[in-house]
Amino acid sequence: MATESWLTKFPEMERADLVAIRKGLDATYREFSRTYGDVIESLFNPLLKFLVWFEKLLLTSPWWLVIAVVVALVYMASRSWKLSFGVIVSFMLIGYFGMWDNTMRTMSIITVCTLLSIFMGIPVGIMMARSDRARSVVTPILDIMQTMPAFVYLIPVVMLLGIGKVPGVIAVVIYAIPPVIRLTNLGIRLVDKEVLEAATAYGASPSQRLWGVQLPLAMPTIMAGINQTIMMALAMVVIASMIGVKGLGQPVLKSITNQYFTMGLFNGLAIVALAIIFDRVSQAYAKRTQRHLGGMQDG
Amino acid sequence: MGEPIIKIENLCKVFGPNAKSVMTKVAEGISKDEIFSQTGHVVGLRNINMNINRGEIFVIMGLSGSGKSTLIRHFNRLIDPTEGKIIVDGLDVMGLGKKELEQFRRHRMSMVFQHFGLMPHRTVIENVAYGLMVQGIDKATRHEKAGGWLEAVGLSGYEAQYPSQLSGGQQQRVGLARALCTDADILLMDEAFSALDPLIRSEMQDQLIELQDRLHKTIIFITHDLDEALRIGDRIAILKDGELSQVGRPEEILLNPADDYVEAFVRDVNRARVLTADVVMQPPVCRLTTENLDEALRQMRGHKHDYGFVFEDEEYTDYKGFVTRELIENEIDQPGKNADLSDLAEEVFSVQPDASLEKILPTSLEQPYPVPVVGEDGEFHGVVSRKSMISILSEKDESKVG
Ligand SMILES: Nc1ncnc2c1ncn2[C@@H]1O[C@H](COP(=O)(O)OP(=O)(O)OP(=O)(O)O)[C@@H](O)[C@H]1O
Ligand SMILES: [Mg+2]
Repeated sequence: MATESWLTKFPEMERADLVAIRKGLDATYREFSRTYGDVIESLFNPLLKFLVWFEKLLLTSPWWLVIAVVVALVYMASRSWKLSFGVIVSFMLIGYFGMWDNTMRTMSIITVCTLLSIFMGIPVGIMMARSDRARSVVTPILDIMQTMPAFVYLIPVVMLLGIGKVPGVIAVVIYAIPPVIRLTNLGIRLVDKEVLEAATAYGASPSQRLWGVQLPLAMPTIMAGINQTIMMALAMVVIASMIGVKGLGQPVLKSITNQYFTMGLFNGLAIVALAIIFDRVSQAYAKRTQRHLGGMQDG
Repeated sequence: MGEPIIKIENLCKVFGPNAKSVMTKVAEGISKDEIFSQTGHVVGLRNINMNINRGEIFVIMGLSGSGKSTLIRHFNRLIDPTEGKIIVDGLDVMGLGKKELEQFRRHRMSMVFQHFGLMPHRTVIENVAYGLMVQGIDKATRHEKAGGWLEAVGLSGYEAQYPSQLSGGQQQRVGLARALCTDADILLMDEAFSALDPLIRSEMQDQLIELQDRLHKTIIFITHDLDEALRIGDRIAILKDGELSQVGRPEEILLNPADDYVEAFVRDVNRARVLTADVVMQPPVCRLTTENLDEALRQMRGHKHDYGFVFEDEEYTDYKGFVTRELIENEIDQPGKNADLSDLAEEVFSVQPDASLEKILPTSLEQPYPVPVVGEDGEFHGVVSRKSMISILSEKDESKVG
């Protein structure tokens, strides 16, 4: 009698079949990327040009000018001297410890990724809020995007576009975009029904409702989504450095392989500093613009 | 008054994914609960027919869940009916396209909401001007107009505040100003004063009545408070489980409730406060038109009364005053030429047709004869006797027993 049966051992697929499937899929995808890779890459050309230009701008501008501009932006957004002062100190320390260039590279890619996420995520979120059908399609996709290990979707991106800035940006955006989409949808759906009804009752058109009522009232929630997106983009920087994104992630990666503890720590701290700055500034900005909404949540 | 501006015909509303399929059941008259347990659909409104007249305050009343909000939202199609017609000024509202509907909402109707429905991110003046902004009117014009309405509701000086900085009563005034600012001739008010505390509420009712005296809008007002309905309503409709129980003038509802549901509603109402002189008044029994005192005495005796109301003409419109037998007899006993009856007639305590019984009662208890009801221009309407007042005020106790 056979010692193995389907009760003791899982009735697996034949190894040969499995290999065939893998090979087949891989070959198809490779074929696809070989034929369309160039076309797709050229589609991303404007993005690449912008990325390069923006990074160069940050790298070639004198350090004091960069700090001045950043601090001006921070102050405009938050109206807080304390926060602005904190930003100056952090940047001074970063520069003093020799991480200026990498920090600029990371800042440039984070800025681009965040803007991309916002410009793509908010419309998708609006679409989800408008139709339950769209929501039921998009939600599982977002679930996959957030739970799939980042390394897994790095593979097809790299196969398609190779190593470099653009695949890095794509990977970061895939990883970081779900919060903006989810919270835009949520924010719009949470808008007080009576207020929206009032707009409709006074004859507002769908676009007047969207721009005049839904988006402004959903803004606090959307801002929370943007904030999370920035944080996730920063977290992704280290992983993205594996596919050739330059910046603070690369030294961290190098430190892991070579066991340089201090170097890893310093660069890690620089990422943390950037994260805190982005976080505080976006939150302060949100709070400041939404102050008058204060008592209305119970309305 | 009297000319219908809004006509609702056979309006039905079923909530649920497949509303049309339930309509046969609705038509068969199966109850709301049964339809829900059989199909999972909620019957919101069932076969509503009514006319609302130009210039009246039409109150819709009913318990929570009776379909009041659903009904009022059909007027401007915030909710689309499952079946039925809505006609406003001859215009079939159901036939309007998207853009036409927007125009209709902008110019014909405005709405006041229970929880105010103000936009928290806009200032008070921007909120009031919202309707005009939607219409594309330029900022200077619309803010000037909005300022005027803000003043009319007593809130000038608050222009730059945000709604969250205002009290509930003030917020609803902003809501009212916003509704008036578009010059729409129909005003929809869904429990507009329900969220306010009693004192502020009665202040707002006064303000609404006062504004209405000036503006003569058609107002559809929803409430679940009968006192409020009786106070401001020209006519009242009572809804029960999505069906119309009764439509009528306040005193009709009060005196002739159509069913037990309406009856339960009106049971605890203070009738003396609600009923007015014109409801209980009757023609006077003893009317004197002669100038001859002896003839007058004879007529009085014929009616077995000790008093009479004196008129100049036979149509009993030119009211002169009131005389008692004693007064006439004294005059006859006087030496010299007797005065005419109309000179003898005295002015006595009289009331206007819209005076509440509450106001008439104390005086009428002191004087032994009926109180004349005289209009603003001195025209005579009738008299209110103590007996008729007492019988109408105690009627509800009899009907409870019966
Ligand atoms: N969107 C909806 N979907 C399903 N059922 C609904 C919907 N809107 C209202 N209903 C139902 O219709 C009925 C009437 O509701 P409606 O809100 O009109 O009552 P109402 O008289 O305004 O009550 P309230 O005094 O509480 O405001 C209720 O049974 C309610 O559950
Ligand atoms: Mg309601």
